[in-house]
Amino acid sequence: MTADSTPALVQIADADTDGPAQSGPSAAHGPRARNTKAYLQYVATKIAGAAVSLFAVLVTSFFLFRLIPSDPVKQMTGGRPVSAEQLQSLRHQFGLDQPMWQQFTSYVGDALTGDFGTSFQFHAPVIDKITEALPATLLLTGTSYVLYTALGIWLGTRTAWRNGSMSDRFNTAFALTLYSVPSFWLGLLLIIVFAVGIGPIPGMFPTGGLESGNETGFAYVLDVAHHLVLPVITLVAVGYAQTLLVMRSSLLDEMGSDYLTTARAKGLRDDVVRRKHAVPNAMLPTFTLMFVNLGHVVAGQILVETVFSWPGLGGLFYQALSVPDLPLVQGLFFVFATAVILANTLADVLYPLLDPRVGR
Amino acid sequence: MVERVPPRSAQPRSRLRVLLASGAAALALAAGSIVPGVPLGAAPQQAQAADGGKSTLTVAVAQSVDSLSPFLAQKLMSTSISRLMYDFLTNYDPKDNHAVPGLATKWEPSADKLTWTYTIRSDSKWSDGQQATAEDAAWTFNKMMTDEGAAQANGNFVANFKKVTAPSPTQLVIELKQPQATMAALDVPIVPKHVWEKVGDFSKFNNDKTFPIVGNGPFILTDYKVDQYVKLKANKDFWRGKPKFDELVFKTYKDQDAAVAALRKGEVSFVAGSPALTPAQAASLKGEKNVKVNEGPGRRFFALATNPGAQTKDGKKFGNGNKALLDQKVRQALFLSIDRKTIIDKVFQGHAVEGQGYIPPRFSAYHWQPTAEQSLAYDPAKAAELLDEAGYELKGDQRVGKDGKPLDLRILCHATDPNDKAIGKYLKEWWGKLGIGLKVDCLDDVSVPWYAGEYDLAFDGWSVNPDPDFVLGIHTCAALPAKAKDSASTDNFICDKKYDELYKKQLAEYDPAKRAEIVNQMQSWLYDSGYMNVIAYPNAVEAYRTDQIKSITTMPEAAGNIYGQDGYWSWWSAAPASGGSSDGSGGSNSTGVVIGIIVVVVVLAGGGLFIAMRRRNTADDRE
Repeated sequence: MTADSTPALVQIADADTDGPAQSGPSAAHGPRARNTKAYLQYVATKIAGAAVSLFAVLVTSFFLFRLIPSDPVKQMTGGRPVSAEQLQSLRHQFGLDQPMWQQFTSYVGDALTGDFGTSFQFHAPVIDKITEALPATLLLTGTSYVLYTALGIWLGTRTAWRNGSMSDRFNTAFALTLYSVPSFWLGLLLIIVFAVGIGPIPGMFPTGGLESGNETGFAYVLDVAHHLVLPVITLVAVGYAQTLLVMRSSLLDEMGSDYLTTARAKGLRDDVVRRKHAVPNAMLPTFTLMFVNLGHVVAGQILVETVFSWPGLGGLFYQALSVPDLPLVQGLFFVFATAVILANTLADVLYPLLDPRVGR
Repeated sequence: MVERVPPRSAQPRSRLRVLLASGAAALALAAGSIVPGVPLGAAPQQAQAADGGKSTLTVAVAQSVDSLSPFLAQKLMSTSISRLMYDFLTNYDPKDNHAVPGLATKWEPSADKLTWTYTIRSDSKWSDGQQATAEDAAWTFNKMMTDEGAAQANGNFVANFKKVTAPSPTQLVIELKQPQATMAALDVPIVPKHVWEKVGDFSKFNNDKTFPIVGNGPFILTDYKVDQYVKLKANKDFWRGKPKFDELVFKTYKDQDAAVAALRKGEVSFVAGSPALTPAQAASLKGEKNVKVNEGPGRRFFALATNPGAQTKDGKKFGNGNKALLDQKVRQALFLSIDRKTIIDKVFQGHAVEGQGYIPPRFSAYHWQPTAEQSLAYDPAKAAELLDEAGYELKGDQRVGKDGKPLDLRILCHATDPNDKAIGKYLKEWWGKLGIGLKVDCLDDVSVPWYAGEYDLAFDGWSVNPDPDFVLGIHTCAALPAKAKDSASTDNFICDKKYDELYKKQLAEYDPAKRAEIVNQMQSWLYDSGYMNVIAYPNAVEAYRTDQIKSITTMPEAAGNIYGQDGYWSWWSAAPASGGSSDGSGGSNSTGVVIGIIVVVVVLAGGGLFIAMRRRNTADDRE
């Protein structure tokens, strides 16, 4: 996973022997055949590692949620007039009356064929429930991901370049302040100010949900975009500081390098020195962070999804956990973990292309 | 590194630029949608004008739908919607909860009490035009009796049925194994046979793929988006009369503060609260223009239960309940030292009524109150006396039993309910003064230790139905688990011969007044036993917009609640105010347009300035 490769990367980078020429993916050189073979070998080990992790996740998810001291049947029917026969029948239908090992083997067997069972509370296949909620989550967290990453890199670059200036101090402090704000609180504040309206500010945005429910075609797209604004602002506000700080500190590291002096000595404009020379070299740690965050895009944001009543995976996970709806929590946990593992594996596989020193 | 900073001269401009840039980024994000906000804000009004001013009632709900199949739905949100989609045989009067006609106009028992004959109305039509008949009802009950998958949600209602037939389209005959007084309280949605007989596996059919869903209730379900909304339209042919709103929308708000914000704005017409608005939310809405906070008696009771010694149906003891609680005097002493008024004032902040009998006052026919002499009202001195009598003497500041062990108790509390925790603190204090130690165990799900009988006391509570049979039945020996730790329908392992006899008697008593008398005796027994003591009846606290809803029927009619009634009265009766309905879109119409334009202008100006400065900077570099 990325964690393995990053320290190595940083150590080598610290040695600071690289020049601007090595800054891009095109930098791969040397005897091609040998390199390709080594690279494929490297990729194979990473993929094998990911497969092992995935299997471990599959097994863990079964036991992890059975540790919750809870009775799904009792919880589901809580407060309703149900007879002992009904409870027994539900228990039987859910397979909860089988011995643990039997439940486990059938779970693993089914999961390996891609079947995560039927949700207890929704009476629908787990896969259907997940694919139903996935687009909403991808839309929300994906949009925010792109925006906060872009904003973070951009502001990180600016603040580092103008290190110590007013704007640097202001932007860093501002980002850190937002970073420490609880997302649900910020979301609620935005709802009160910009959705309901306060004083001279009128309510401009919907208070929650993904759509109004009465639009079609292009109007529907606009409607969804309208609903997307406040939750995205919340996630971007709380999220961009991370990227900003990583970008800022890695660029600050680069700024002492001799190749920048060389570049300046060549008479290059400050903008060009920054864009073409410093930033590409400073991007590597940010790439690591980007991939880590990418893995979390799927997991959704339980708190923000709740405050804005967003029909995504985060909310589904919460509902599943409160029962606990075992097949659904297992399925979701597996999907979340898979996304992180895949994103990390992708990072591992791409690194040698971005920086040939990795994976050698 | 400082020397790497470019010449000072460039700084003031750049600083401004970065500041501007960060602001512009946020604005750009907003702009992306303000522009769409312009047409959107205006759209609903146009839509309303186009179709002759369609009135919509939007209800903010916290729960999501678990299933739209009445055979599977367990959550209140889903069962409430079933109520609106399908007619039941009978309904409950909004004034006093007595049974009134639904799909059946008349119901009569035979002389031997074992056969009930229902007359089915001939003026109820399914929304696809077919006549609703006794055959539909018979088919629905028979399906539940023969198919385990169809018995999941409501199987308890047919457990005592022997045979159900429909000799004619207007006559339904139900034969029973044992007499059953609850036959006018069968809360089972009757579904159209011609639609549902095509369903294969009832345990997996959610009734949520084709719309509109064929029904015969006051509303017809037209659209459903998971976790977002359920839309229903008024059934113009409903036999009791057409609902006054054209459309009813249940919109999911997972966060109650957000739902309250939506009400304030007028995006929703009604907020139910789950289970009630918090005292802070209610207080904040009280002064609000065009908002009415409605507070009515709830259907729940909030009680303390004592472990009477957990046992199985065949009398095998299990669990580890404190033996001291097997003494009635100790149990009563505990309840005598509870200051209910303080709990109502401090914990419920006035939004509850002091508890007495088992069935809440909302159900007036069955509500019972203890006599002055049996009352366990707050009296710590008497509590101390009872403990002395029971042999628990005060040594130092501790009550010590005859075996020399101090009296230390545990209470199971729901970690998800802040009231449990707060009351736990008071109990600790009050019982501590008596010399009794208390440990408050708060868990997310108390059912595991509870069903293992591993508790001394527990916070308990049930939602009560107009017919009290179920909440009475959970204290009978028949409800005990077959095996230790099995989940069963028992509430608190109570098993008593006298109580069981009374239970059987009330179930076989078809005269309402006589039955109520037996139910009162059962409540009296339960109260004296000290196995269970009702502390409070929490109120239902909800709010609606008076500029959208002109009038709405509460239940009980005099001063009752709106969401989760027994029946469809509230939504069926709600009348739109002349001001119009919830716009649902979130665009604030003309002001939204103005603001949208202003923001776009600001963004464009900012962007222009940004580009201009960038050019100048580049020019600086070139020099």
